[in-house]
Amino acid sequence: MSQAPYIDTSVPTRAGRHWGSRILKALCWLAGIITMGSLLLIVLFICINGIPHLKPSLFAIKYTTRNVSMFHAIINTLTMTGLALLFSVPVGVMGGIYLAEYAKPGSRLVKIIRVTAETLAGIPSIVYALFGMLAFVVTLRIGISILSGALTLAIMTLPLILRQTEESLLAVPMSYREGSFGLGAGKLRTTIRIVLPVAMPGILAAVLLSIGRISGETAALIYTSGTATRIAGLMESGRTLSVHLYQLQQEGRFIDEAFAVAVILLVIVVLMNALSSLIAKKLTRKG
Amino acid sequence: MRGLFLASACVCILAVGTISAFLFANGLPFFAKYSAWDFITGTEWAPLRNVFGILPMIVGSFYVTFGALLLGAPIGILTAILMARFASKPVVKVMKPAVALLAGIPSVVYGFFGLMLLVPFVRKAFGGTGKSVLVASVLLAIMILPTIIQTSEAAINAVPGSYYEGSLALGATHESSVFRSVVPAARPGIISGIVLGLGRAIGETMAIIMVAGNNPRMPFDILKGVRTLTVNVLMEMGYAADVHRESLIATGVVLFIIVMAINFLFSFINRRRVLQ
Repeated sequence: MSQAPYIDTSVPTRAGRHWGSRILKALCWLAGIITMGSLLLIVLFICINGIPHLKPSLFAIKYTTRNVSMFHAIINTLTMTGLALLFSVPVGVMGGIYLAEYAKPGSRLVKIIRVTAETLAGIPSIVYALFGMLAFVVTLRIGISILSGALTLAIMTLPLILRQTEESLLAVPMSYREGSFGLGAGKLRTTIRIVLPVAMPGILAAVLLSIGRISGETAALIYTSGTATRIAGLMESGRTLSVHLYQLQQEGRFIDEAFAVAVILLVIVVLMNALSSLIAKKLTRKG
Repeated sequence: MRGLFLASACVCILAVGTISAFLFANGLPFFAKYSAWDFITGTEWAPLRNVFGILPMIVGSFYVTFGALLLGAPIGILTAILMARFASKPVVKVMKPAVALLAGIPSVVYGFFGLMLLVPFVRKAFGGTGKSVLVASVLLAIMILPTIIQTSEAAINAVPGSYYEGSLALGATHESSVFRSVVPAARPGIISGIVLGLGRAIGETMAIIMVAGNNPRMPFDILKGVRTLTVNVLMEMGYAADVHRESLIATGVVLFIIVMAINFLFSFINRRRVLQ
């Protein structure tokens, strides 16, 4: 948003300027400084206390109570992310395709789907934790495992991917579809070969944001994928990085190591955010 | 293929249905054994003696959330106004990704930051353990800032330029044009941002559990500990059994209903905005 020109219509002497206006402006800047200051404080505090403790032994293959390695947690985070996205991306993208390309806009079903997607996005992670535990761990008897955790997180990330896919598809100009239809392609071919590739950057940005969210999720995982310290298979319990951080601070003996884990988590989030906005920028340049 | 696309879209409906079904099916049996009225209005939580009163947690959740909004809403709205109308382009270019980053930081990292920096600070400044309503509110305020900023900024930028120009033409300064005519026009959007932040604050678990002390008693003192509904579930689920376990699921049901009510409020405000 470009700034409007500042037009001072008040009395020309300095003393006669609008003090109320100046105070309002100062308050805005103060608020901005508080916002930016909080971010800086958090990032700097974690980095200053964490980076000196990033020792090679923290990345040892095998976890022992002596080296407190986070290697297993990194691998578990990767498995968890991959598995959760394996469920949520196809469903989210196909659902988005339905909403943008096939559904009658404003139909009752579309309204219900929108409302439920919004509801899903608003449910707190502790409620997801209860649901995951009751449904996957207990009722379906999958047990406390990576799979139970991933299924829970898949539902959590579904609304983000669904909505972003729909919006990216709707942003594709109508002429693309008309051109494809004019050349004799059918609805499905047009959607998959012409429209979807154009919308891809938007969908990718949503996937990257989901990766950030999955690696940061803790509450929903403690009782679904558990806290075991090993490189877990699909049906085994294993902690991700964020659960590892929570457990370390709770035990209280490994605070330095906990700071190091927090640094790694921050790096993941910064990386995902940067990539996502880079892709989004490319998208707007093209459009 | 059309059927498959339709089925995928309907997964959302299915998920909300299943989540509600599992929660209510596992939570409601508790009320056959324990009066719902005593559960919601009881001020004592003593699972060992089969006394389950969650009023301290309900009050605690709202207390902490209210504190977060009291701090976070003005700062968030003013920051949004700064970004939309006062700051120069390069400044906005730095602030936008910074706000997005603030939204992306995991809640467990926020909690750890609060535990290691804010809690010792409050302990030294005011005495006590430092784990308190105050720290939880400050931390939550920072966490909901991005939600409020992003929604408010979008709402302010969506106000037609003629509002601002008209005010200038009547002789108002830039500042009073922004505050007296642009911001009031964006009010519904700003309010919906605050409601979204409210929903996020009341559902937050990890950050609060690390800094709030988690004592299950009525919170009055801002420097004393507090337990929220979310924390109650997470803390005791690990070892709870039988009625105790059911009481925790029932706690989850109460939280679920509160969040649903907030969501409803949000869509109600949004619908009114569309009508306007």
